[in-house]
Amino acid sequence: MAKVLVVTSGKGGVGKTTTTAALGAALAKAGQNVVLVDFDVGLRNLDLVMGAERRVVFDLINVIQGDANLAQALIKDKRVDTLSLLPASQTRDKDALTPEGVAKVIADLSKKFDWVICDSPAGIERGAQMAMHHADMAVIVTNPEVSSVRDSDRIIGMLDSTTEKAKAGEKIEKFLLITRYDPQRAARGDMLGTDDVLEILSIPLLGIIPESPDVLKASNVGAPVTIAEPESAPARAYTEAARRLMGEKVAVTVPAERKGLFDWLFKRRVA
Amino acid sequence: MTFLSSIFKRRSSAPVARDRLQILLAHERIAVGDGKDDLLAKLHREIMEVIKRHVAVDQDKVQIKMDRGAQCSVLEIDVEVPGLTDKPANAKKA
Repeated sequence: MAKVLVVTSGKGGVGKTTTTAALGAALAKAGQNVVLVDFDVGLRNLDLVMGAERRVVFDLINVIQGDANLAQALIKDKRVDTLSLLPASQTRDKDALTPEGVAKVIADLSKKFDWVICDSPAGIERGAQMAMHHADMAVIVTNPEVSSVRDSDRIIGMLDSTTEKAKAGEKIEKFLLITRYDPQRAARGDMLGTDDVLEILSIPLLGIIPESPDVLKASNVGAPVTIAEPESAPARAYTEAARRLMGEKVAVTVPAERKGLFDWLFKRRVA
Repeated sequence: MTFLSSIFKRRSSAPVARDRLQILLAHERIAVGDGKDDLLAKLHREIMEVIKRHVAVDQDKVQIKMDRGAQCSVLEIDVEVPGLTDKPANAKKA
């Protein structure tokens, strides 16, 4: 049975789609069968970040409405053959996401894959609710910044009250992923620290992704950063996060201000 | 803090952000989490109902201030009551 994972945040622009692509690719490279599902109906972008924008024929809404079957709509990645994408519709609106339709698609995908990763739209409306509704696990993407932390708190509340698992009295597994972490600003004390965010949101830490031009470069060329620049700092952080998702115990490293012998010797660790 | 230390010690903004968030979220979790109304909002509504039952209140002459703190919160409702202007006090505070 597949793990259904939602990548969510409440706030827009924090890195949900980047994270979905990078974590999914890292899991697929580790041999897992992964499908990425874009729930951002009307504003799809996962296809673009994955470099599959010219290969989209059918989408999630087509499958829900029976215009296409899953096999027709799924796009297989050309670089990693265990990675697939189910794009969102660009022309329809979120009302086309019916609860029964989404439930059926998720159930069908669960039979075929090890991981079903749902890329949530921003906000707390229907699209976001549908993306999280069937999740077993959630990755909450948060920037170390007040508005993002506030919205994450709200989303955590929704995960604990409105999802299928929550309604059945079960706990959904939640992980915090801090993105766009700037070590220099953190050292100056002008950015919320990892421990501050962890203390406020009090869910386990999945990883800290440093702010890096490699992330933008990867999306420019249409590849997850874990495929485009696998040796870069953000890609290594995403790959470690993916290993933690698979249950491995890997210590979380706080990105250091400078990379040198000193930092190597005195790596700061948390969680 | 002395003059010198205020020059040499940089004030960082992250602790301010953390404290603001902790206070804000403590309130929002009560309001959203239980599906209940914020207590202060409820108090405000009911106090206004009571006042309106007895006097005609001009909405423009009602001032409401709210200060949500970590230890205690203050709701201040200033109502200008017409027809009592001959008396010295014309404000009720709740």
